Amino acid sequence: MAANHRTRQLLRYLPVLPAVLLLLVFLAGPVLWAFHSSLTNAGLTGRYARNPEWVGLQNYQRLLQDPVFPLSLALTVLFVAGSAIVGQNVLGLALAVLMRRARPVVSATVGTAVVAAWVLPEIVAAFAAYAFFSRDGTLNQLLGQFGAAETDWLYTVPMAAVILANIWRGTAFSMLVYRAALDGVPAELTEAAHMDGAGPWQRLAFITLPVIRGSIATNLMLVTLQTLAVFTLIWVMTAGGPANGSTTLPVLAYQEAFKFGDIGYGTAVASVLILIGAVFGAAYLRLLRERKP
Amino acid sequence: MLRRASKTVSLLAAAVLALAACTPGNPAEGNKTIKVAYQKTDSFTALDTMFQDAKKEFEAANQGVTVELQPIQGNDDDYGTKLALALRSPSTAPDVFYEDTFKVRSDVDAGYLLNLDGRLAGWGEWDKFDDAAKEAGKADDGGTYAVPLGTDTRAIWYNRKVFEAAGVALPWRPSSWQDILDTARKIKAASPDVIPFNMYAGKGTGEGTVMQGFYELLYGTGAGLYDPDSKKWVVGSTGFKDSLTFLKTLYSENLAVAPAEALDPNVWKKVFGEWFPKAKLGAAVEGSYAPSFWQDGGSYAWPGYEQEMGVAPFPTQNGGAPGAVSMSGGWTLAVGAETKQPDLAFNFLTTALNAKNSLAFTVASSQIAVRSDVAADPSYQSANPFVKDVSGLVAVTRFRPATSDYPRISAAVQEATEAVITGSRTPEQAAADYDTAVAGIVGGDKTIRK
Repeated sequence: MAANHRTRQLLRYLPVLPAVLLLLVFLAGPVLWAFHSSLTNAGLTGRYARNPEWVGLQNYQRLLQDPVFPLSLALTVLFVAGSAIVGQNVLGLALAVLMRRARPVVSATVGTAVVAAWVLPEIVAAFAAYAFFSRDGTLNQLLGQFGAAETDWLYTVPMAAVILANIWRGTAFSMLVYRAALDGVPAELTEAAHMDGAGPWQRLAFITLPVIRGSIATNLMLVTLQTLAVFTLIWVMTAGGPANGSTTLPVLAYQEAFKFGDIGYGTAVASVLILIGAVFGAAYLRLLRERKP
Repeated sequence: MLRRASKTVSLLAAAVLALAACTPGNPAEGNKTIKVAYQKTDSFTALDTMFQDAKKEFEAANQGVTVELQPIQGNDDDYGTKLALALRSPSTAPDVFYEDTFKVRSDVDAGYLLNLDGRLAGWGEWDKFDDAAKEAGKADDGGTYAVPLGTDTRAIWYNRKVFEAAGVALPWRPSSWQDILDTARKIKAASPDVIPFNMYAGKGTGEGTVMQGFYELLYGTGAGLYDPDSKKWVVGSTGFKDSLTFLKTLYSENLAVAPAEALDPNVWKKVFGEWFPKAKLGAAVEGSYAPSFWQDGGSYAWPGYEQEMGVAPFPTQNGGAPGAVSMSGGWTLAVGAETKQPDLAFNFLTTALNAKNSLAFTVASSQIAVRSDVAADPSYQSANPFVKDVSGLVAVTRFRPATSDYPRISAAVQEATEAVITGSRTPEQAAADYDTAVAGIVGGDKTIRK
C-alpha cells in the first residue's frame, strides 16, 4: 500500500519531467557553463583553449577597468528603456486602445501591418531595417523626394536607428497582449465611471490601467528580457559601431568571445547580462505579486 | 517536503543516466571518411573547385574512402570563429582544414594541429615548396604543422583612365607618402566626384584595415609593431603617429572614401565591383589577388581590366631604402591533431596540393605561387599582366607577428585608425590610447619604447 502510494506520488511528477529536463539542459546548463567559464581564462585558440586555468574573479576585475564596459552598460539600458519599456510597451498599449475605437477595416489593416514585422525571422527583419536606414536606403530615398540631403543614419545616430528598428519589430507582441487584456476589462466599470463624469483620459488612468496592471507587468517583463538579449538586429545593422557607439552587452560579449577568442572574458560579460536580466525579472515578479493586497 | 525533493532528484538522475547511455556507435570499419573544412563565399570559389577535384581524384585512388567536403560560408573572421569552435571538440574537428597562416601558431599552442614533420620528410614534392613560405607553417617549437597553399603581397592598384584624366604621368610609381598626397590632390582637383586614393581604416574592414593600409604605412617609417629580438610589442613610436597622421590627412581632405563608408564592412566589394570598373576610384591599396575578382569567371568580371588597371609598389615614408613596403599573408592546409586517420588525411592533403591542383588554384585565385614547378609554369606567368610585379614584392614583404596576442593588438590598431578618421581623437591621442591598450593586453613588461 505504501509502495503504491509512493509510485503514485512519483507518477504525479511524470508530466512535468520533460519540461524540467529541457530547462535543465538548455537553460540551467548553459547558464552554469557560462558562469564557470567566466572564472577561467578559456580561449578560442592558444594555450588555454582546451586546458583553461582557474583565474577566479580576474575577468570581472578586468571588466570593471575596461572603458568600453560602462559605455556598453549604458547603451544596453538606453536600448532596453528606449525600445522596450517606452517604445514597444507604450506604443503597443496605445495601438491596442485606439484599435478598439477604430473601424474594423482600419483596425484590421493596422493590426496586419504591425504583426507583419513580428512574424519576420530576426535576420530578415534586421536586413530590412539595414536596407531602410543605410546610405542608399529607403529612408534616404524618401527624404530625397523632399530635397533632404543624404544622411548616414547608421553612422550618425546608430542607437536611434537600432532602437526604432527594434520598436518596429517588437511592438506587435505588446499590442497583442494589451488587446487581450483590454477585452478583459469589465464594461460595467468603464460605463459606471462614464456616468460619474470621468473623461476618456481619466477612465484610462483610473479604471483601465489598474485593472490590467497584471498584464502590464507580465508584458514589461517579457519585452525587457527579450530586448536585453537582442543581438542579430544590432549586429547586422551596425555591428556595434561606429567607435562602439552601439555596442550593447550581447554585442560586446560576442566580440570578446569570438572576435578576440577570449571565451573567459566574453562569458564574464554574458554573466553580467544574465544578472541584469535576473534583477529585472525579480522586480517585475514583485510587481505582479503586489497586485492583490 | 524533503522526501519529495529527494524523489524528484533521484528520478532526474535516473533519466540523465538513461539518456547518457544513448551514445552513438562507431561507424563500420572499412568505410572511412575524411572531413574537410574550408571557406567558400560567393566571390571565393577557387578553393571549392580545388577540393572538388581533389575529392574525385582521391576517392578514385582509394576505394572505400569518402571525402566529406564541409564548405563554410562566411568572411575570414566568421570562418575563423566557426573553425575554432569546430576544433574545440574532437567529435566536430575536421581531419583536413584550410588554416590562415597567422592562426597557425596559436592553434598549435591549443593543440589543434598535427605535427607533419615525419610525413613531410617522406613526401617527394615537399622540396618544391618555397623556403620562405614553409616558415608560415612552422610553430614556436620549430616543427611544421601546416603546408602553404599560396601567398600574397599588397600594392597600390590604380585606374589608368582616372590618372590620365588628371594628367598624371604613367606608369605611376610614387616614391614617398608626399607623392601619394600630391597625386591624390591633383586627381581631386581634376575630377571632384572621383575618390582619389583609398586606404582601408576602422574596425569594419577588420584585418583588411591593417594588412591593406596601416602596416604599409607603419613599416615604411622604419618603426614596427613587434620587436622580434626582445619579443616585445613596440609602443610610443613616431612612425605610429606619422602613419595615423597620414590617414587623417587622407580622410579629412576627402581623398579617401567618406568615414561612414569606410566603416562599412562591405566597402571592399564596392572597391572591386563598382568603383574601379566604373572609374570612380583613382587608386587603392589592395592585395595581389585583385585580378581574381576581375578575370573571366571572377565575381566582378571586368573585360579589359588588364588595360585599365596599373599596379605600383607602396613607397616608404620618405623614399628611404628599400623603397617599397608590402605585407603578406596567405593560407595553408593543416591536419587535425585528433584525426582518426592521420595517414589518409595527410595523403588527401598531398593530393589537394599536387602540381595540377596547386596550379589551377593559384591561377584561379591570383595567388603568388609557393611551389617552384607552379611558379615556372607558363600558364601561371601569363595568368594576368601583373603577376611579375606583385611577385617581385616578395623581396620586401613582411609578415604579421602571429602570436596569440596578435588579434587583440590588431583590433587596437584598427580602433586607433577608426578614432582618427572619424575625428574623435587626434593622431597623438589615438597613439597614446593604443599604447595603453597594448600594455593592457600583453602587460607593461612586454612593451618596448622605440
